[in-house]
Amino acid sequence: MPILDVQNLRVRFETHHGVVRAVDGVSFSLEEGETLGLVGESGSGKSVTNLALMGLIPSPPGVVEADAMRFEDRDLLGLSDAELRSVRGNEISMIFQDPMTSLNPLLTVGRQLTEVLEVHERVSRREARRRAAAGLGDVGIPEPERRLDQYPHELSGGMRQRVMIAMGLLCRPKILLADEPTTALDVTIQAQILELMQKLQHEYGTAILLVTHDLGVVAGMSDRVNVMYAGRLAETAGAIELFDDPRHPYTRGLLGSVPRLSGDTDADLDSIMGSPPDLADLPAGCAFRPRCTFETERCAAEAPPLFDLGGGRSSACLERDALGQHHGGAQ
Amino acid sequence: MSAPLLEVQDLHKHFEVGSPGLFGGQREVLRAVDGVSFELARGETLGLVGESGCGKSTCARTLVGLYPPTSGRVMYEGEEISNLSHRDRAPFRRKIQMIFQDPYASLDPRQTVSSILTEPLRIHRLARPRERRLRAMQLLDAVGLNPRHIHRFPHEFSGGQRQRIGIARALALEPDLIICDEPVSALDVSIQAQVVNLLGELQERFDLAYLFIAHDLAVVRHICDRVAVMYLGKVVEIAERDALFDDPRHPYTRALLSAVPHPDPRIERGRQRIVLEGDVPSPLNPPTGCRFHPRCVERGNVAGDRCETTEPALGSRSACHLEAEV
Ligand SMILES: Nc1ncnc2c1ncn2[C@@H]1O[C@H](COP(=O)(O)OP(=O)(O)OP(=O)(O)O)[C@@H](O)[C@H]1O
Ligand code: SF4
Ligand SMILES: [Mg+2]
Repeated sequence: MPILDVQNLRVRFETHHGVVRAVDGVSFSLEEGETLGLVGESGSGKSVTNLALMGLIPSPPGVVEADAMRFEDRDLLGLSDAELRSVRGNEISMIFQDPMTSLNPLLTVGRQLTEVLEVHERVSRREARRRAAAGLGDVGIPEPERRLDQYPHELSGGMRQRVMIAMGLLCRPKILLADEPTTALDVTIQAQILELMQKLQHEYGTAILLVTHDLGVVAGMSDRVNVMYAGRLAETAGAIELFDDPRHPYTRGLLGSVPRLSGDTDADLDSIMGSPPDLADLPAGCAFRPRCTFETERCAAEAPPLFDLGGGRSSACLERDALGQHHGGAQ
Repeated sequence: MSAPLLEVQDLHKHFEVGSPGLFGGQREVLRAVDGVSFELARGETLGLVGESGCGKSTCARTLVGLYPPTSGRVMYEGEEISNLSHRDRAPFRRKIQMIFQDPYASLDPRQTVSSILTEPLRIHRLARPRERRLRAMQLLDAVGLNPRHIHRFPHEFSGGQRQRIGIARALALEPDLIICDEPVSALDVSIQAQVVNLLGELQERFDLAYLFIAHDLAVVRHICDRVAVMYLGKVVEIAERDALFDDPRHPYTRALLSAVPHPDPRIERGRQRIVLEGDVPSPLNPPTGCRFHPRCVERGNVAGDRCETTEPALGSRSACHLEAEV
């Protein structure tokens, strides 16, 4: 049984520019101990998906609906606020895109970390402090004891990001929702953090939903990958299959767009033309159609559902067979 | 042999900053750029890479004259420009343009594209007023935007399109050199590829030289002819692109390259990384000797305590004591 099962998640925002369907019918599940990557352009609904799982979509303007949102044997949608609070930050925790949004500038690092433990695990203050220091040590922060007494603004950006990661891991969550956890960091620090996340995953069997725009990070971390476009899943596949043989024109375009450190570095990149659509004013039919090189007449008529391709793969493309024929995309 | 287009000699830029400690008012020296030298030929692209805070942007801003250098020289076609008055610098300002990371912040939201693109022509008194608009439309066309959108405001464009407007503005004065400070880092991968391709195309068409600052090493490999790697205000390695990427010499360059994740799960899974310990030290108080020594995995291979005591000079290729030993 998957540890998390989401069916037909929909999140819309009622703004004065119209209704923004930020997430429009997304289904996926997460197994214990696995890492599911989530990629897509800016604004495609990745963060909103994570926030919806945490019950953190502001309402109004947001409205969250789903056919199911099951965590182990509990229905997340049916939980009371108190129940939700005890799950959030404890069994399911989240690392946010911007560390300053989740660290309280007025509290010392130590206070923020020990609070998490005191609320969720009712440990003594002393024990909480000991574990908080150990947690900082785990994420590679030197002199953790001293850092406990510092405020967020006294730390460098990379250090703050690590404090947030330590906070996310402190209660040994069963699910970690990591939203661009390393995007703000330099590559050498990123390498340290990713290694640490994998180590903790091994030790505690944590399932990770990893949002990132960095296809290199996805390749290194994920067992499976979901690709989002304009609020929907465009494709889902095992990581190796996705990179070897993308079955959606958007995925293919994305892989062609990334410059490589090796191979032919002089040819032009196969960029995707145009830019992502306005979610409040989507084109009829397939949302990717205006940028797609495979489109045919029927793409304008219907929005493609997610077709099951077997072998744990699926693609929301009407011309998916044409795509399968010329292999490659990413060389 | 004629002088290179741009030559930077032992450039230093230090800032005085207040120290936070107990004794308020005490000044400390932040060595943002601490002795950087390189050359750039006409039509060439030199990449400048390194982690945040290593001095890349300060270096760029100093050489275009946004900051006066603390010491060192910047030469343009053999003529020193770093000591010129604002007024004497004008002709060189035309020749060296800059594009920035954040296409949102670098365009005035109250100006139409037309006035954004004609303003530099007006300031430098180029082209007659009537011709300026035509020129602006040509520029839009050159960067792949619709010339009919000339009366729109920046907010009516997407992030990638705004970066194209920034590029068009930089091209307006027909520069020889464009300093690109993280020009594609804020863009989505698919849009980033469009802009990278555009920069390549414009370079050929207008014989431009680029100083290309970026932290994304794959983009740098794609676009540059040569690459300089900075660490804590200094260039630690400089080389032809393929030499640098295929055979990095400085231990920092090696660690940096090994940290870059490849968009290929097969490579990623079987890979050993050189994972560096700790953070980049503060440029307020750089380590003695080789600035990289506290994080260096090769330190044990250098005899004695030279790494801790003696600053290695940038030889033909890298600033490392090991380089001198082989
Ligand atoms: N509180 C809100 N009110 C209105 N619209 C919102 C709100 N929060 C998010 N949205 C909209 O929902 C859509 C999806 O946003 P989301 O933040 O999930 O994108 P993302 O995929 O995480 O992008 P990025 O890669 O830039 O982080 C966007 O159009 C965004 O503007
Ligand atoms: S459904 Fe049609 S338009 Fe959409 S991605 Fe597939 S081919 Fe392209
Ligand atoms: Mg996001």
